[in-house]
Amino acid sequence: MVCSKHPVSAAMFMIISLVGVAALFVLLEAFFLAVLQILVYAGAVMVLFLFIIMLLDVGPDGGKASRMKLISGFAGGFAVALLVVVFLIMIQDSGLLKSDSQWLPINDSAALTDGTNLHFSTSVKNFGFGLMTKYMLPLQISGFLLLAAMVGVIVLSKKEQGSTN
Amino acid sequence: MESVSPSHYLFLSLLLFSIGFFGVLLRRNLLLILMSLELMLNGINLALVTFSRTSLNLDGSIFVFFIMTVAAAEVAVGLALLVALYKKRGSVFSEDMNVLTN
Repeated sequence: MVCSKHPVSAAMFMIISLVGVAALFVLLEAFFLAVLQILVYAGAVMVLFLFIIMLLDVGPDGGKASRMKLISGFAGGFAVALLVVVFLIMIQDSGLLKSDSQWLPINDSAALTDGTNLHFSTSVKNFGFGLMTKYMLPLQISGFLLLAAMVGVIVLSKKEQGSTN
Repeated sequence: MESVSPSHYLFLSLLLFSIGFFGVLLRRNLLLILMSLELMLNGINLALVTFSRTSLNLDGSIFVFFIMTVAAAEVAVGLALLVALYKKRGSVFSEDMNVLTN
């Protein structure tokens, strides 16, 4: 996706990888999140991207070579190498992944919560319960954030009053 | 056949994050930079769901839900800003955004 010259083909590859991540969510038995991923990302966000690409009529990058390309490539390579090292150390050290290769079975008929922890479940019921109890305030804040984003987008895309063009 | 373990998922999420990171660093089209940001967020989401599944704790999944919400809002505002910028300067390439240099 980051290598394709044309923005439209980059967006198409992006959709493929987003659907792939949704499939991985299905494999991880997070079905609700998989549906959400398809709806929100592949459905809404990428359509918005494609719409803007076509609205602005952006072509391929062209031959303009960036001066910073080499140095930022090196910096990025170094950062990713650092990330890989930290990742490997984390994998080795964490007790969580000691019993690798075997997945704990999900018990859907268990209670929703044991006081502090919400139990992982394939059903949406647990998800809604978690959102409405432990994460009530973040839910309302994110709703307010969406409202603010909507108002912001309307203000940004409105034609400026009194401008000549 | 070797079964898929949590660390495979984590490695894939690291890979997604790195690809997005390189996209942010190396691309000059602001639209593609925004798209690469989305890819980075997706890598993080995958890692969070993996941890949530391995520890059988729903908190990680709910975090993914909130990350998706914030990402959607961020894309909407970012693209609106990009359109406004394009109207003002007639370009979406990052090297043309040089008002502050002189």
